[in-house]
Amino acid sequence: MIRLLAILSLLSSSFAYGAELSAVQLDKSTIAFVSRQMNVPVEGIFQQFSAQISIDPARPEAGRARIEIDLASIDAGSTDANDEVKGKSWFNTREFPKAVFVSSTVKSLGSGRFEALGKMTIKGKTQEARAPFTLKQEKGVLILDGTFPLKRLAYDIGSGVWSDTSVVADEVLIKFHFVLK
Amino acid sequence: MTTSARYTFTAIRLHWLIAFLIFAAFPLGLYMSDLELSPLKLQLISYHKWLGVTIFLLAVARLAWRAKHTPPPLPEAMLAWQRTATHAVHHLLYLLIIAIPLSGWLMSSAKGFQTVYFGVLPLPDLIGKDKALGDILKEVHELLNYGMLGLVIAHVGAALKHHFIDRDGILARMLPFLDKENRP
Repeated sequence: MIRLLAILSLLSSSFAYGAELSAVQLDKSTIAFVSRQMNVPVEGIFQQFSAQISIDPARPEAGRARIEIDLASIDAGSTDANDEVKGKSWFNTREFPKAVFVSSTVKSLGSGRFEALGKMTIKGKTQEARAPFTLKQEKGVLILDGTFPLKRLAYDIGSGVWSDTSVVADEVLIKFHFVLK
Repeated sequence: MTTSARYTFTAIRLHWLIAFLIFAAFPLGLYMSDLELSPLKLQLISYHKWLGVTIFLLAVARLAWRAKHTPPPLPEAMLAWQRTATHAVHHLLYLLIIAIPLSGWLMSSAKGFQTVYFGVLPLPDLIGKDKALGDILKEVHELLNYGMLGLVIAHVGAALKHHFIDRDGILARMLPFLDKENRP
């Protein structure tokens, strides 16, 4: 009996893992952000990133993710801004080329909503991050969509004169959209 | 020969308010566009845009006034070509106080920076983000402004010529305190 249960649980778990999706379709996925400049929402995107995501729609809580963003691939909305944000007071991409998010746990928030908890490292600073997301299955792909606020000053992004949050708000909205097969 | 008929106080207030705001927005626009990206530049761009929206709203009020009123008559001594030139300059100025803020608003939208009036009231983007169009609209905005600069110089020059050389009292239409005989 115990053996049977063990076999069954082994089967079910291997079955669950069998349904796990992990091939991120990078060309269909996006990482965008919205900053507020003088309370004007300004959209931007990161054109290059890598994403290792494993998630089973039947058991999202067991999901894992590691996202690496190539910060120099930023499009912050204008040529001026693109040059500026790669500089020392912003991302300092020469010394810190990547932003990295590594999930530790995924919890269910109910009604199809989940939250990935993990660590975000930008500019040599690591902070706890929580990214709520939704899961949607359609036409053989799994779509993860989420939005979360990131406090730029906690990572020293935009220091010196740019630390004035009445001009550029501390909170930057990160919007991610991942398509998995 | 003097003319005592003046513009109404509504028109006078709108005229001077718009003039004053243009005298602030124009040099501000010139100055800020040459600055390197900085928090100050972002602040000044916003102030410039708020000034522009305000001018636009006042300009709409001014045109609404104009649609319902006939301006006071020009001095009889004025020659036909002077009358034509006067009307042309006035109409072009009416056009530009609408067209310049509008071109700035469209340019902002095309460049992907929405206009948020006083940092509180977001104006709709009438066109989507389009870098090439944004660059064209910037040129248009600048050209219209230089056009207005020329017209304002002609406008002020003519007003001063009428006041100091012709002494026909025409400036009192917009500055009633100058009209010594018919103080309002």
